[in-house]
Amino acid sequence: MASVGEPVLEVRDLVKHFPLNQGILFKKQIGAIKAVDGVSFDLHKGETLGIVGESGCGKSTLAKVLMALERPTSGSVKIGGRDIAKARGGELKTMRRNIQMVMQDPYTSLNPRMTVGDIIGEPYEIHTEVAPKGDRRKKVQELLDVVGLNPDHINRYPHQFSGGQRQRIGIARGLALQPEIIVCDEPVSALDVSIQAQVINLLERLQDEFGLAYIFIAHDLSVVRHISDRVGVMYLGKFVELGKDAEIYERPAHPYTQALLSAVPVPDPEGRERRERIILQGDPPSPANPPSGCRFRTRCWKAQEICAQEEPLLQIRPGTAHLSACHFAETHDVVHAG
Amino acid sequence: MSNPTPPVGPGLPETQTMVSDTVPAPAPVREGKHAKKGGKPASLWTDAWYDLRRRPMFIISVVIVAVLLVMSIWPSLFSSIDPFNARSCDLATARQGPSAGHLFGRDNLGCDLYARTVYGARNSIVIGVLTTLFTTVVGGLLGIVAGYRGGVVDTVASRLTEVFFAIPSILGALLIAATFRGKANSILLVILALSVLGWPMVYRIMRAAVITAKGQDFVIAAKALGAGSGRIMFRHLLPNSVAPVIVVATINLGTFIAAEAALSFLGVGVQSPDISWGLMIADARNRFLEAPLPLVIPAVFLSITVLAFIMMGDAVRDALDPKLR
Repeated sequence: MASVGEPVLEVRDLVKHFPLNQGILFKKQIGAIKAVDGVSFDLHKGETLGIVGESGCGKSTLAKVLMALERPTSGSVKIGGRDIAKARGGELKTMRRNIQMVMQDPYTSLNPRMTVGDIIGEPYEIHTEVAPKGDRRKKVQELLDVVGLNPDHINRYPHQFSGGQRQRIGIARGLALQPEIIVCDEPVSALDVSIQAQVINLLERLQDEFGLAYIFIAHDLSVVRHISDRVGVMYLGKFVELGKDAEIYERPAHPYTQALLSAVPVPDPEGRERRERIILQGDPPSPANPPSGCRFRTRCWKAQEICAQEEPLLQIRPGTAHLSACHFAETHDVVHAG
Repeated sequence: MSNPTPPVGPGLPETQTMVSDTVPAPAPVREGKHAKKGGKPASLWTDAWYDLRRRPMFIISVVIVAVLLVMSIWPSLFSSIDPFNARSCDLATARQGPSAGHLFGRDNLGCDLYARTVYGARNSIVIGVLTTLFTTVVGGLLGIVAGYRGGVVDTVASRLTEVFFAIPSILGALLIAATFRGKANSILLVILALSVLGWPMVYRIMRAAVITAKGQDFVIAAKALGAGSGRIMFRHLLPNSVAPVIVVATINLGTFIAAEAALSFLGVGVQSPDISWGLMIADARNRFLEAPLPLVIPAVFLSITVLAFIMMGDAVRDALDPKLR
């Protein structure tokens, strides 16, 4: 899918810090968890941006801020030119029609005490202007059909469905308002591998059918590669590398991306023996107190003086064709090494 | 490895041939035992009602409660003797056993025990039901709002609750009832006194259940859709946190009827010549060994009432959980 025309989503310098408070009665801020710390990207119509990174790097917080479930500390999230991060009340409600979400856990993301019809129909009850009352039931049945469920199961409850079917219900709920953007926060990581494939295929088909743009958050690099047009790699609240999927996977420039890719399991005994393994030392530093300069330098084998003093910006570096944030960025094909 | 492609197999056949704007004709046979005729949409409450009508436990308890309600509204339907008429009592026949025309015998003052029990139903049930209703509504509403809002609202409501919790309930009720004695109907006073001290328990249970429920993903999903606080509280949080409240409320009902007896015994509740089961139990205690029936009969009625409400609450709670249907 080509990324042409005006972006549907423009994220600029997005920052989300969670204050760390001390004291019971008189709260004093003693620091902040820098969950998302300066993230910028564009998303075009019909495009999929994959976001990968290890646990705690701020992927889910980013999703929450994009959905206006959390207010950013600073920065902007523009959808169709308007900033959802600053919208309030009725304006925010209208803007929500354009950005919807598919959640990670299909077992907790559906209210166990609502029928499928009520769950998928709820968007219409909230945004009454989208569908007149008499049409809603028919629309819900259409949506069930679109996501590959039996429209006659409209009166069933979530517990009567399997995990994959529930995730389809969650997708149908996200589609109900016909948004341009869907934020998928690890939509398949709670599913069986065989079911993952079905749900991914469904998402791809829906994208073609409705021209959806996806933000696809996951920690499974193979799944992200399969569905994404572009991929952003996050580390401690920042993008360290952002580019087309082929560029990121074939010619990673940032050492962290290279390390991540070298950890992808290889289902081939011979290739497994020959390929290069980069094993990172230590744990990610605390997001409350990130290292100076480059945040990855504490675990990086290339780190030098400059990495501690100067923060590498996300930009196109010599010898690479996409954005990376490393002073010593250098293309290195990890996957095919050996 | 040459290519980190995920193990993506072919999707479901049906998922690849979908067209969004066509709906197949509804299948003639509707699935499931809860399907409605005429394709009426199901909801939690209609399904629960459908389910309740088929539960023997619910039907039995509803019949018992209905009989008790009729008894408390029109006691004369059940007894030809009017216990408020002094001439219906005869001291000479005090504590007589059951006989023709006096099903349960006579009490300490020679009054017909059956008639007194029937006429006592009104005060006991009115006090039990209204106090339960009041404490559940007030405690439940405050609990939902405090649990959902959190922050200052929660802190203020919770500290207020702790103040009420700190007051020993019978002493507090005694204080309230004694302070306003004579200024209001004694039954209203009992309801007020018990309610003022009874709601904090419901509040705490509701608040705890709501706090558990509000962190779940479906609440976040509703917010992402743009749902307002009212919708989140009453469509999502209430149905998912009402179960423990129903259990406690129905158990409380019996406690309130018994607490009324304690207040009456202390002289601030229902007073003779008014009748209530609690008062009857209190009166009969001293002569229990000589004549057990005057204590046993109202106690049995009280137990049946409480049991019927607990059964009803249990059935409602189960019907509100789709997994148990």
